[in-house]
Amino acid sequence: MIRYLGLRVLQAIAVLWATFTVSFAVLFLLPSDPVSIAVDSASTGTTVDAAAVAELQARYGLDQPVWVQYWNSLSHAVRGDFGYSIATGQSVTEAIGNAVPSTLALASTALILAVVFGAGVAFLATYTRVHWVRNLLFSLPPLGVAVPTFWVGLILLQLFSFRLKAFPAFGDQGVATLVLPAVTLALPTGAVIAQVLAASLQTTWRQPFIEAARAKGASRWQIQTRHALRLSSIPAFTIAGVLVGNLLAGSVVVETVFSRAGVGRLTQTSVMAQDIPVVQGIVVLSSLVYVLVNLAVDLLYPLIDPRIVEGRRSSEQSDTVEQEEEKVHV
Amino acid sequence: MPLSSSHRGRIAAGIGAAAVLATALTACGGGSSSSSADAGPPQPGGTLLYGLSQAPTCADPAQSGTNQTIYVARQVVDSLTDQDPETGELKPWLAESWDTDADASSFTFHLKEGVTFSDGTPFTAESVKKNLDAIVNTLTGAKAALGASYLTGYTGTTVIDPQTAQVDFAAPNAQFLQASSTPQLGILSDASVAKSAEERCTGNISGTGPFTYADYQQDRSVTLAKRAGYNWGSDVFGHEGEAYLDTIEFTVVPESGVRTGSLSSGQLDAISDALPQDAPQIEGAGGQVLTTSNPGTPFGFQPNVTRGPLVDPAVRSALVPAINRQELVDTVLGPNFKPATSTLASRTPGYVALPDVTYDPEKAKSILDQAGWVPGADGIREKGGQKLAFPVLFSSVFAGNQAILELVQQQLRAVGVDLQLDLVSTPEATARQNSKDFDATYYNSTRADGDILRTQFGLEGRNLNSRGPIPALDDVLAKQLATTDPAARSALVADAQQQVLDNGLWIPTVELSQAIGAGPNVQDLKFEASARLQFFDTWISGR
Repeated sequence: MIRYLGLRVLQAIAVLWATFTVSFAVLFLLPSDPVSIAVDSASTGTTVDAAAVAELQARYGLDQPVWVQYWNSLSHAVRGDFGYSIATGQSVTEAIGNAVPSTLALASTALILAVVFGAGVAFLATYTRVHWVRNLLFSLPPLGVAVPTFWVGLILLQLFSFRLKAFPAFGDQGVATLVLPAVTLALPTGAVIAQVLAASLQTTWRQPFIEAARAKGASRWQIQTRHALRLSSIPAFTIAGVLVGNLLAGSVVVETVFSRAGVGRLTQTSVMAQDIPVVQGIVVLSSLVYVLVNLAVDLLYPLIDPRIVEGRRSSEQSDTVEQEEEKVHV
Repeated sequence: MPLSSSHRGRIAAGIGAAAVLATALTACGGGSSSSSADAGPPQPGGTLLYGLSQAPTCADPAQSGTNQTIYVARQVVDSLTDQDPETGELKPWLAESWDTDADASSFTFHLKEGVTFSDGTPFTAESVKKNLDAIVNTLTGAKAALGASYLTGYTGTTVIDPQTAQVDFAAPNAQFLQASSTPQLGILSDASVAKSAEERCTGNISGTGPFTYADYQQDRSVTLAKRAGYNWGSDVFGHEGEAYLDTIEFTVVPESGVRTGSLSSGQLDAISDALPQDAPQIEGAGGQVLTTSNPGTPFGFQPNVTRGPLVDPAVRSALVPAINRQELVDTVLGPNFKPATSTLASRTPGYVALPDVTYDPEKAKSILDQAGWVPGADGIREKGGQKLAFPVLFSSVFAGNQAILELVQQQLRAVGVDLQLDLVSTPEATARQNSKDFDATYYNSTRADGDILRTQFGLEGRNLNSRGPIPALDDVLAKQLATTDPAARSALVADAQQQVLDNGLWIPTVELSQAIGAGPNVQDLKFEASARLQFFDTWISGR
């Protein structure tokens, strides 16, 4: 277990370092110079003398050789210091720190909604025996993945904010401002959960132990809740990292549409302005989140099913689970 | 998660498409728009909710550059002078009067008495000195690009007495008088000036303006509160005493469809950057779109005269009559925009309409014929094996740029010129402009003073033309900077406009307009001389 844990932590650190390095390289290779952009966005038709640009470059250490810059920013980043935003002069830690609570509220609400609705759709779709309801429910996840997030957001705004005036259209203070963006963001994520869980439930229902349970007189409801759901939830749990990626990527669009000053919008504006220190900070933060989620998933697997660490084959697993569960519940 | 440019493009395009769709969904029938004429006398009080299209970059007026930043910061500081948006004339504000020496290198301001900063300290000649010194020495051009450029050659401010400040320059600098009316040279209290550039950005600063910062949250919102006891407004203002509004709440609402929807559903009172397609919805809800055209140089092509077919002066001068500017406005931009009529925009002091800036394709063809550019098999002209083809570098800082240039492309093709569109991101456009890596570049710039011609086309200026000396033009650009008499200076600026055109240094297209959406309850929201907002006279009706 210690070895398993140590390996996962080492992997996590390697991923963080790699994302930092790749993002540094990409930003460094871009054709433009962030200082000229910062100075130029403020200058409308005026000449900024070369000395001023040079001074600003020195201020941000951009006049040094690439390896020195890389080493400096890496060693600072390790200590949690990402320097100052070129566009606003704010410290990067502060800029990101101000944005995190808003995104955290949005993403966690969206995740809860996504799990509730995604699991609900998958549960009902595989439970019901009414054909048209089943078909309808099965068609929802692909639809949810396919419709563009910003389109959903704008439609919700038109209906619930501009017409019915039920929710505010912009801002990120208070629960009322959270409802529409969270629903918008939950839709694609919930669709992924529904799709994975429904497929997994369908597979489970075809397994022989279900027949066995049925033969022993278990009701459809008992089988679904006691046997199928637990076993089928493992694939959905495995894609938690993908879901978090979905939420972070979705927040770029959702926060822009709903005027929320979160990490997503900070990403969008600082990429536009090529504000390198801020972009670096965000890249490291999002890879940290991603790595932590995957680490948590890896560490929680043994709790759901201890044999995952021992690396047994999945066919053996399901057989054993079947036998165990039958003993306990039926 | 960094987004690739193609991703960004797709997101932007998607948002745009959805916005149009959403607008179409709610664009319900007509409805008459209310005018401020029937609103009665101004009523003080109330909060104005304003939707900015992007986040202000900094709370400090000296470090402000973008419109959205200036809309906020302008309300917090007063300037030494103010510029009349109608006439371009300079009027008293913090300075009651001023004297200029004969060669425009020394300016003496006689300051109003009894003016205080919002932190309670008095405004004196010492304040003027500290502010200007800080821009040159502490902020420098790196942090205060515009302010520092206005103060080029600044040798210092002499405090003659508490109410008299003399500002000196090493060389003539007539544009400084207009610059003294800009927010970038607005006056902050001693304590605010003593702070670092970064600290000044966070909103913890005091000016003498009619509003003060009550709350400043970067990227989110800004709240301004009325300054009680304010009674030193400029001569341009519509009333005396305090501002009418108690509070102005600026919120950052980046998506234009959301701004428009929020305005028409009463969640916002006024919004920045109302797009032409949003106007029917705003007017349908009883509001109106306020517009004004920006002073400075209109949109246009700036040729790099050292490469491609644009080296030939005949080609550059043939482009001017080849462009149908009225068609650009009618087809792409709508009635709130104007075709360019000179190398300066019409609201710039000293502007003159140039008769050569007209549409005459036959003239364009004959200029090219005479210069030896002969139409080839595909209709594109050639000379000595070289095709009359060149790319234009541009970015989408203004949403209409691409559509305008596509139409110009068709118009130029009709006279045998092959224009290629080179659309890049704004950062890349800046980088390539700085390295002069383009045949022609397309942009505009805003400044309510004819000196923009010197900073943009002067040999010592930005000179994106990469041109060498043109003695007559260089002479007139230098002379206007040494002339303070408005009439004499206007004559020089008029000469400079003609010469920039004659030398083919700028091929003007259309003037940029600001479009502010305002709800039916918003009265007297005004543009100042540089086409930015002034909220001092604004009030809310129907309460």
